[in-house]
Amino acid sequence: MLCDVCGERDAVVKVTQVGEQGKTLVQLCERCAAERGVETTVSLSKNPLGEFLSDLQKQAAPSSASDALHCSFCHATLRDFRATGRLGCAHCYTAFEPALRDLLRRVHGSSKHLGRRYELPELAMSEEQTELHELRERLRRAIEAEQFELAAELRDRIKVMGEV
Amino acid sequence: MIDLSLLPDSGVSWLDASGQHADIVLSTRIRLARNVEGFAFGARARDGERLRILAQVKDAMHASSGMSHSVLVRVDELAPADRLLLHERHVVSKELAGLDPQHPVRSGAAVFLGDKLGVMVNEEDHLRLQSLRSGFSLADAYAAVEGVDAELGMRIPLAFHREFGFLTSCPTNTGTGMRASVLIHLPGLVLTREIGKVLASLQQMGLTYRGLYGEGSEVVGNFFQISNQTTLGRSEGDLLDHLDHVVRKVIENEEKARRVLLRDAGYVIEDKLWRAYGTLRYARSLTFDEAMNYLSGVRLAVGLKLISGLGVYTLNKLLIFSQSAHLAYAEGRPLTESEANLARARFVRQVLADEVGM
Repeated sequence: MLCDVCGERDAVVKVTQVGEQGKTLVQLCERCAAERGVETTVSLSKNPLGEFLSDLQKQAAPSSASDALHCSFCHATLRDFRATGRLGCAHCYTAFEPALRDLLRRVHGSSKHLGRRYELPELAMSEEQTELHELRERLRRAIEAEQFELAAELRDRIKVMGEV
Repeated sequence: MIDLSLLPDSGVSWLDASGQHADIVLSTRIRLARNVEGFAFGARARDGERLRILAQVKDAMHASSGMSHSVLVRVDELAPADRLLLHERHVVSKELAGLDPQHPVRSGAAVFLGDKLGVMVNEEDHLRLQSLRSGFSLADAYAAVEGVDAELGMRIPLAFHREFGFLTSCPTNTGTGMRASVLIHLPGLVLTREIGKVLASLQQMGLTYRGLYGEGSEVVGNFFQISNQTTLGRSEGDLLDHLDHVVRKVIENEEKARRVLLRDAGYVIEDKLWRAYGTLRYARSLTFDEAMNYLSGVRLAVGLKLISGLGVYTLNKLLIFSQSAHLAYAEGRPLTESEANLARARFVRQVLADEVGM
C-alpha cells in the first residue's frame, strides 16, 4: 500500500481526519507522517543510526552535491559524519539541517525538542562577544590547518569587530 | 597509584542497597550530555580547545553550590591501571578512560566527582553529567543531576537549538541529552526462559538494554541495564515516567518468575543456588565471569530467602571489588590473569566468611 501523499513510499500509518465533509481515511508513509506531525513508532529499530548511515552511503555518489556541504566552523563535511557517525560541532546541525532533521525523525520519531528549554546566560557574553569568540576560534583553527587565505579574511573581520 | 579513599563517598555509596527494590535493582543512573558553545565537539576538538574547556568547567564548578566541593581527577594524567580502576567503579566511561587501544586517553580528559554525582569532561561530548543512586530511584537521580545542569548552564554557554534541543556529538543523544538507566538483576526471567519476550517488548516500547558496563558490553551474571532509546520528541518527565512504568512491570514479572521457579522446580533451583554458594565459599580460583554467574545465583538465593545472614550490600560490593583492577589495587601490585583468579577466589571466600561466619 503506497502513501496517499507522495505515492512513492509504503504507507505505515492510517490517519482518520475529521473535516467539514465528514471523516476521511489517509494512509501515510513515515516521512509524510512525520512532516504532518504524526508520530510513527515503526522507525525505532535497534540500530537506527547505522541503518541511516548505510542508506546515505548507498544513495550518495562520491561527488554528489550533499558531499560538498561543509560546516563553516569546524570544516567537517557530510562525508565525515557518514564515516564516523559523529558531528563535528554545534554548527554542523545548521550546516546539515535538512539531512539531520530527516535522521532525527528516523531515530527518535520526531525532530522537535519538548524537554527543558535553555537560554544562553546573559551575564557570560553578549551576542557580539560570542561572535568574536567564535571568529577567534575559527581563526585559530584556520592557522593550524594552514588555510592562510581564510585566516586573513577572519583576521580582518575580527579587526573590524574589535574597532566597533 | 590513585587514592580512592579521597573520593567523596569513595564512589561506592550507590552500592549500599538502601534504595527501593534493592534486591532486584542495583542502581539507577541518569546522564545528561551537554556541549559548550563555541568549541568543536570531543572527537574534533584539538588539545588546546580541550584544555580551555576543562578550565572553563573548573571555574564553573567551583562557583556552583552543588559541586563546589567536588574532587577533580585528571584522567589524562593517570596510569592505565588507575584509569581501569575508575572505570570498574562506574565513575568514568571506557571512552574517557581511553581503555580501547584504538582510542587512547586524550588530553583534558577529566572527571569531577561529588556525592553520588559526577561530571565527565572531554568525553565524546564536552560534558557528561551523571547521577547514580542505589536501587530504583529515577526521580531522586534526576533531581540531583538537573540541579547541577542548571547551575553549569548559567555559567557556561551550552549548545542548544530551538528545534532540536541540546546538541550532541551523536544525533542519538540530541534533544534532552538524557539517558536514564536502571541496572537490574533478572535471573528468574532468564531461568524461566521468559527473558527473550521481555527484552523484545522493551524494544517495542522505545527502550533498550545493555550489559553491566553500558554500550557494547556483554550481559554477565543476568545483569541488564534498561534505558530509554530516544532522547528527542518527549520531555524528560515523560521519558522518566515511561521508563519507571516499564521497569515496574519488569520487576513484577521477575517476582512472578521467581515464584514460579520455587513452585515448579523448588529442589532443582535450591540445589543449583546452594552449589553456586558452595563454589564461592570454597573455590581456589575464579574467573570474573564465573564469579559474576555464581554471585547472580547467590543473589537470587538471598532474594528467595534460601540463604540468610548475607546482605545485598555485601553482594553488591563483591561485584565491584572482585574486578581485576580492584584486586590489583588491594594487593598493591599488578596481577597476571591467573594471579587475579586466585586473588578473586581468596577475596570472595574472605568476605563471605566474615559475613556469615566460618
